[in-house]
Amino acid sequence: MASEVQSEGGGLVFQPMDQFVVKPLFGDGSIQWYTVTNVTLWMALAVVAIVVILVLGTARRAMVPSRSQSIGELAYGFIYKMVEDVAGKDAVGYFPYIMTLFMFIVCANFLGLIPMSFTTTSHIAVTAVMAMAVFLSVTLLGFVKNGMSFLSLFWISSAPLALRPILALIEVISYFVRPVSHSIRLAGNMMAGHAVIKVFAAFAGVAVIAPLSVLAITAIYALEILVSFIQAYVFAILTCVYLKDALHPHH
Amino acid sequence: MEGDIVQMGAYIGAGLACTGMGGAAVGVGHVVGNFLSGALRNPSAAAGQTATMFIGIAFAEALGIFSFLVALLLMFAV
Repeated sequence: MASEVQSEGGGLVFQPMDQFVVKPLFGDGSIQWYTVTNVTLWMALAVVAIVVILVLGTARRAMVPSRSQSIGELAYGFIYKMVEDVAGKDAVGYFPYIMTLFMFIVCANFLGLIPMSFTTTSHIAVTAVMAMAVFLSVTLLGFVKNGMSFLSLFWISSAPLALRPILALIEVISYFVRPVSHSIRLAGNMMAGHAVIKVFAAFAGVAVIAPLSVLAITAIYALEILVSFIQAYVFAILTCVYLKDALHPHH
Repeated sequence: MEGDIVQMGAYIGAGLACTGMGGAAVGVGHVVGNFLSGALRNPSAAAGQTATMFIGIAFAEALGIFSFLVALLLMFAV
């Protein structure tokens, strides 16, 4: 839609969706699976950020933690407590996976807030891979741990007998919609927030409303910092909820 | 001409789909408001229930995101 605005010429010219275009870093060749693109760069930077926080930051193991060490300890304790509270004591063995997901998403989100950077988590391709990985592993885990009785997740024994087939249908649908909502929630929130910032940035070109639009960008940017963290938290907490369903399918 | 009408319908549909996001906003507000009114009555129990609140927000928000998805599909895919 943005390209149509541009082609008409004159007036406000803005491309709020241009920041999400995947481009090769070197040259303008076509994009193959091995091409190094801006997505590759910013994902690698997210991994570097995680290594800096969790490996280098805590390497000294000081009794009085430095700033980076306290961030690492805070994140570790926060996610560990969440896994224990939401998924149960016996799910603590799956804590590394959830910690990995959370740290990757939160670092990618925060790096995407740097001006001129690229938000990798705004692409459904990225989040769908993570959500499908969670969905498949949780489903497999449910069948491995409980055998066929995992299917009792869909058969709600506390409901009246006449209602149970209908409820089972609804439960099955909502189970298979999980990876869709799980991935689109993150990608949609990231994409919408960044696009809104760009839309307000376009209004800054008009001198009369420029101060107002700069104020609005500042406010939305602050909101985006909050949303970046909360969406990573929600992704991790929903993974815990799904994990709890897989470990204890009986209602 | 025919393609124009189809595109017009897609755009109107995208706009209508966005009303679903308003419903999600009402739902999220309802969840947080009820959490707060409960938390202010018994603040000592509130800390343990924030995770539950976020799960509720996430489920309420999911349906708004489906309408956002429908709008995106109508704008860019249909």
